[in-house]
Amino acid sequence: MENIEKEPLLSAKNIKLLKNPLGQDNPITVQVLGICSALAVTVKMKPAIVMAVSVMVVLAVSNVVIAALRKSIPGRIRIIVQLVVIATLVILVDQFLKAFAFDVSKQLSVFVGLIITNCIIMGRLEAFAMANKPWPSFLDGLGNAWGYGWILIAVSFFREFLGTGSIMGYPVMEKLGVYNFGYEDNGMMILPPMALITVGIIIWVQRARNKSLIETK
Amino acid sequence: MNFLLKKMKQIEPLFKKGGRFEKLHSVYDGFATFLFVPDTVTSRGSHIRDHMDMKRTMTVVLIALMPALLFGCYNIGLQHTRAFGLNDWTLMHMFWFGFLKLLPMIIVSYVVGLGIEFVAAQIRGHEINEGYLVTGMLIPLIMPIDVPLWMVAVSVAFAVIIGKEIFGGTGMNILNPALTARAFLFFSYPGWMTGDAVWIEGLVKGGGLDGFSGATPLAVAKLEGIANMPSAMDMFIGTIPGSVGETSTVAILIGALILILTGVGSWRIMLSMTLGALGIGLLLNATGGNDYTQIPAYYHLIMGGFAFGTVFMATDPVTAAQTNTGKYIYGALTGVLVVVIRVFNPAYPEGTMLAILLMNVMAPLIDHYVVNANIRRRIKRIRTA
Repeated sequence: MENIEKEPLLSAKNIKLLKNPLGQDNPITVQVLGICSALAVTVKMKPAIVMAVSVMVVLAVSNVVIAALRKSIPGRIRIIVQLVVIATLVILVDQFLKAFAFDVSKQLSVFVGLIITNCIIMGRLEAFAMANKPWPSFLDGLGNAWGYGWILIAVSFFREFLGTGSIMGYPVMEKLGVYNFGYEDNGMMILPPMALITVGIIIWVQRARNKSLIETK
Repeated sequence: MNFLLKKMKQIEPLFKKGGRFEKLHSVYDGFATFLFVPDTVTSRGSHIRDHMDMKRTMTVVLIALMPALLFGCYNIGLQHTRAFGLNDWTLMHMFWFGFLKLLPMIIVSYVVGLGIEFVAAQIRGHEINEGYLVTGMLIPLIMPIDVPLWMVAVSVAFAVIIGKEIFGGTGMNILNPALTARAFLFFSYPGWMTGDAVWIEGLVKGGGLDGFSGATPLAVAKLEGIANMPSAMDMFIGTIPGSVGETSTVAILIGALILILTGVGSWRIMLSMTLGALGIGLLLNATGGNDYTQIPAYYHLIMGGFAFGTVFMATDPVTAAQTNTGKYIYGALTGVLVVVIRVFNPAYPEGTMLAILLMNVMAPLIDHYVVNANIRRRIKRIRTA
């Protein structure tokens, strides 16, 4: 107990937990986890933002719960316990979305349920929450979810803007009047391959700026 | 020529180390070797040198493309007169009409593509790759004539950056860059790449004759039945709607002859791809399945982009299989796939582009197994000896 009080809530180590996943330890662009949902829900910005927030809630809370329980979970059945916790939270989030944001919930369809299988969540529980106290685990969950979320939102921004000519559903291209000059929306941006290529370009830019990420063979 | 050589020599020091335009040395290098055979002498050991370097290879392909290009120009004019009922146009009139319509596309393709190549070469400190000389000519030839120029520019940028530079530039790309550009447009702006109107200049804007359809033979076969297709002779000569360079099998065959005689294009791929398509065509004729399987097998060779793809796309030395056995396998499978996509896929009347791109991806795998089989065979020979 005394140990916790000695360390300030946002010590340098804890800030690192929050900040590293945004850049050099990003779950999508560096660890290449959670790619499936990154490809599936990034056609429009709104579902992407909702997805990012949902994952953040699930990851942060499940990290805290597992970290609190970590000493009483038997090692041999820990995956099942983790799954029960994640599944409970995902169902809560799903019901919440159905009640208060039905349209978006319909757009996300099966992908809310599939948060259960999102590799980032299981990965963080196994790699971090099982060995750390609740507060650092909470920060780690927030950091990783936000690292996942901003990539999702960035990709969906480009896909919605170039693919349907709008931002957050607002028809920017139409208001600018570029269609009169013969501009057309790029149909390929809406197809899944362009999500992959957009993520690839983000990875490219990141590695060009941060040479330490480039693997040496 | 002498004047040019003197001028180039005169400005050379400016681009050497310490010169005023040191940063642009690869630009100078690119131009100098494009115009003249380099006079650098190897300093150590003995080397066998040949004038047939990459620039000359590319030039040969460009020459081989000329018949298809010239016929394409004429055909643009011809199809235009048919669609709009302009019966009094002379042959030269049609040709110039087509040439002037095609020229902007070629210019856009080269300016954008070479621009990106130049910038990439400066950033990386490479020499400028001459691979784009051919790609830049292929791209206009595989587009419908009415496609807007900015779309050509976007697709060229995509093909050169995502298709080529990311992998390390010329010689490192997995997919044929020209086909990458076409595939990008095909999926991005399908309204400009498919349908009945885009193949003929001016028809998208309307104003064609009543009842005139600009559908390609492949689309006709799918929509109106095989009986309504143009005659085999028309398809062979090439007086049919289609992408600019792909219509005339005769013109493409002349190009193929040039490529084979100079040893630039692989006859193995061309032969095996033709046989593959013919074989599967005959098989489908015999078995039936849907109406489309009843197209005479040899029709597949003369309609759509098959001939052009076989001669100029599938034989791309970078993206095709490298081993001789691999080339036969690669070619035959490409030919089979072209016909299978044409016949069995309701969404795509044409299969050449997708078949070649798919096999481009498979080519390294084919080579891997061919090389391994060879190693195993030789090990066995040593053991038995």
